[in-house]
Amino acid sequence: MELFRLTIKQAQEVVRKTPKQAGELLQALTKRIGQVDSKLKAYVRFNPNHIQLPKRSDQNAPLLGIPISVKDNMVTQDWETTCGSKILKGFVPPYDATVIKKLKEAGATIFGKCNMDEFAFGSSCETSCFGPTRNPWNVDCVPGGSSGGSAAAVASDTAIAALGSDTGGSIRQPASFCGVVGLKPTYGRVSRYGLVAFGSSLDQIGPITKTVEDAAILLNVIAGHDECDSTSADIPVPDYTSFLGKNVKGLKIGLPKEYFAEGLNPQVERKVKEAITVLRDLGAGCVEVSLPYMKYAVAVYYVVAVAEASSNLGRFDGVQYGLRAENSNLRDMYFETRNQGFGAEAKRRILLGTFVLSAGYYDAYYLKGLKVRTLIKQDFDRVFEKVDLILGPTSPTPAFKVGELTSDPLAMYLSDIYTISANLAGIPAMSIPCGFSRDGVTPPLPIGLQLMAKPFEEGTIFRAASAYEQATKWYEQKPKL
Amino acid sequence: MNTQYESVIGLEVHVQLKTKSKIFCACSAAFGCEANENTCPVCLGLPGSLPVLNEKVLELAIKVGLALNCRISERIKFDRKNYFYPDLPKAYQISQYDMPVASKGFLVVEIKGDGGVLTEKRIGITRAHLEEDAGKLLHEGIKDGSWVDYNRAGVPLLEIVSEPDLRTPEEAFQYLVSLKAILQYLEVSDCNMEEGSLRCDANVSIRSIGETKLGTKVEIKNMNSFRAVQKALAYEVKRQTKAVESGEKIIQETRLWNESKSETFSMRSKEQAHDYRYFPEPDLVPFSVASEKIETIKKSLPELPKARWDRFKTRYGLSDYDAYVLTSDKILGDYFEACIQEKADPKLTSNWIQSELLALLNAGKIAIGDSPVKAKDLAGLIRLIGNNTVSGKIAKEILPMMFETRKSAETIVKEKGLVQVTDLKVLEEAADRVIRANAKSVSDLKAGKKQALGFLVGQVMKETKGKANPKLINEILTQKLPIQ
Amino acid sequence: MSQKFDIQQLAELVRLNLKPDERAKLSRDLEKILAYVEQLQTLETDQVQPTSHVLQIENVFRKDIVKPSKVRESVLKYAPKRSNQFFKVPKVIEET
Repeated sequence: MELFRLTIKQAQEVVRKTPKQAGELLQALTKRIGQVDSKLKAYVRFNPNHIQLPKRSDQNAPLLGIPISVKDNMVTQDWETTCGSKILKGFVPPYDATVIKKLKEAGATIFGKCNMDEFAFGSSCETSCFGPTRNPWNVDCVPGGSSGGSAAAVASDTAIAALGSDTGGSIRQPASFCGVVGLKPTYGRVSRYGLVAFGSSLDQIGPITKTVEDAAILLNVIAGHDECDSTSADIPVPDYTSFLGKNVKGLKIGLPKEYFAEGLNPQVERKVKEAITVLRDLGAGCVEVSLPYMKYAVAVYYVVAVAEASSNLGRFDGVQYGLRAENSNLRDMYFETRNQGFGAEAKRRILLGTFVLSAGYYDAYYLKGLKVRTLIKQDFDRVFEKVDLILGPTSPTPAFKVGELTSDPLAMYLSDIYTISANLAGIPAMSIPCGFSRDGVTPPLPIGLQLMAKPFEEGTIFRAASAYEQATKWYEQKPKL
Repeated sequence: MNTQYESVIGLEVHVQLKTKSKIFCACSAAFGCEANENTCPVCLGLPGSLPVLNEKVLELAIKVGLALNCRISERIKFDRKNYFYPDLPKAYQISQYDMPVASKGFLVVEIKGDGGVLTEKRIGITRAHLEEDAGKLLHEGIKDGSWVDYNRAGVPLLEIVSEPDLRTPEEAFQYLVSLKAILQYLEVSDCNMEEGSLRCDANVSIRSIGETKLGTKVEIKNMNSFRAVQKALAYEVKRQTKAVESGEKIIQETRLWNESKSETFSMRSKEQAHDYRYFPEPDLVPFSVASEKIETIKKSLPELPKARWDRFKTRYGLSDYDAYVLTSDKILGDYFEACIQEKADPKLTSNWIQSELLALLNAGKIAIGDSPVKAKDLAGLIRLIGNNTVSGKIAKEILPMMFETRKSAETIVKEKGLVQVTDLKVLEEAADRVIRANAKSVSDLKAGKKQALGFLVGQVMKETKGKANPKLINEILTQKLPIQ
Repeated sequence: MSQKFDIQQLAELVRLNLKPDERAKLSRDLEKILAYVEQLQTLETDQVQPTSHVLQIENVFRKDIVKPSKVRESVLKYAPKRSNQFFKVPKVIEET
């Protein structure tokens, strides 16, 4: 098999057996990028010269010699980090994010920085200042967002695996659109230190991989308490690979009726229902449940997330780093730097977030949002008293066309309707491939299945996802590039 | 009849808490380092960085809260205060909005009346909350811009807000003195206004006496000493009174104090229409303060100014006022007690510190802590007075020499031969010489003109170059020249 | 549709020098999004506690220990404008 097609698991074995294969692996990926990335634009930066060749003493490092790509909102020491924004052009961080440190300590090479929606504001990877990333299955379509670059890289085999970040679905929705595995861990499971903040109470870093097993391997490396992140949980990290290959007999799966209501694409519905049948056949018990407040999730999100974002993005002012519109007047420098540096979607969210926090509107919008967030969380608490997992589609539709939703921000926001509530409740959720949508004319587009669990029970997700994946092997299908 | 006005004043004091590291990161909080030396991704607000609370900061804040008789909140949280300024790296300051560390306390302030009589006044403390300091901007001597130094960004600050209970600029001054004393006694801050470890903004309005509604308040900033606060308030009260009397309306605004012109002026800035958009800081978790923790801290509180004041009165027999002055500055009180440790007489020491020593220090603009005459040395001088080795007059000449040379009183007395003359034979000879040379005065004295005795004593003192014991001369002359 | 917000004032607060066409477009977008968000007002939430933090973590501290980070030079190196060890900005006028 071509080296660039390897999973983490396979690459571990190859490099362990023949350490110099690590260099060849890197070359293979670099070549692959040269062949396909001009069409996809999954990468904004990659670095073939920094591979850490395995050392004897590192033999136990789990990611020894394995290149990992990361979304360009995780800061990398001495390596430009831009979040897809013009305003961060030239920003070279003096430190590594905790996840980057952990990857390096595990022997990985930080191979490339992936494209993303500007500051992770988007569901299509179209708001990046570097231009849109394309879907490897159909380059007329978006890869999803905001971690579209990471998902497209993994799907197109220009990355062995990647990290994304998820504030309202930004790992799961692109994983679903690109036919790969994407996990948003429990809030607090992975350190946010060094992740350029969007919605601080919602953001979480997670793996985007070719297989469920790879996601478990990668989560093992990045999860855990970090004393630099006050919101990181000091809870032991289990070996997530220990949940793989187990059966799902007796597992109780809840199917929220709100996830199968109006607005769901029929092909997506069919594929998700087929997946339910597969899991039933494997021994899982499926029951209908209800999450009545889920329909308010998008509204809550566009209050809470944008409020936090408007504050988080204040620091981009041209004083210390990144873009500065030079001016002899301080006020004009601020106004011009920010107006030139931010794209339309960033401006939209900054203004919206400022409005919901402003004097006279705080209670009606922001406080209201926080209260409805409580109701949404209580929905999940109640349902999880009865079931181990919640299952539904990741996204209401397969990947849409580039440009299809850019003129209608609200329609774009609504494409995250199934993913946002997991962020609001802080629970772990994964998207795994469950088939393809076919119209007989255009190339088939992947469909994703979403599994959600109680806080810190990623293991239960791995157990079910692994069983389903082994029964269906959708990952064997590759886009034609 | 003219309307009488009273002023209503509230103070906001920002005090830097004395910790080794900053409030949310491990950078040094030290003052006076090379520009931007004490910075890291957190206090520079670099993208991706996150704050973690320094536990010492909360402890010090609780200490202050307890010393100011506040209620310590069981649950506290931090909030973001959003605004743009080049010294604020994140464009928000992590502060506390509606759940501060401490609230509803009070501070008893001594108001000095006529003849040094002190009367107590209780000033309410609205709240004390934690926040991070901003960086520093440098403008002077830079033509084409301003420079930013973030060493100060993230230094822990406690903002102590008073109720509008102060009625005169003098009361405001006394409030600051009392507050500073407490902070010093607690050893929570350097309280150095020049280095900016203590800063004060004032809110002031006026209203006609008898009125219960508050007038339109004006905020004054940019005062760099307690006296400046007093002067700025006095200026502002006058300005507002004049304005009201001439029928003008007071505008709610921020005014800056100009020390050299001794006046306040309006900032007239668009920035005044602030909307800080406070919201809970998502990067910090809430904190709960257990009542046991509060009790432990309460027990660890040191002796505070009021207690020490009482102790100085009962233990050292000092007057109310003297004891107050000595204890209103911790270092001064420490200096006094160090003298007592060295066996100096308490009352004499109190007088010498308050009159001679402070006069010399004030003249040289030297803080008591930096006094060239250490407590041990002042005690040495006072002992020499006590055991009649030197006269008080000579001692007053010795102290400036000690100041100058940093030598001990004993050394100076020895070197200059200033030991008081108590040898009767020497004194009698001197008296005889004076009697012979001043026949007129002698006859005046004999005739009953008692003023002549003073003149003759003075002449003997002159004879002995001031070293004679005046009491002894008096006795000798009275004996030699009995009144007829 | 009546506007609750003043786009100019919001832009002023967040330091955006919006061009007239941007202003019009963003105003329309905001109105539409806010109209959607309006559905939250139908919910009765008087008895509901707000959720700012989804995890029940509290009292996370660090010890008061100094650890120099030594990032100064690497930050200043990429600063838009510096003067020796300082960041440099256009003149900040504090007095008028």
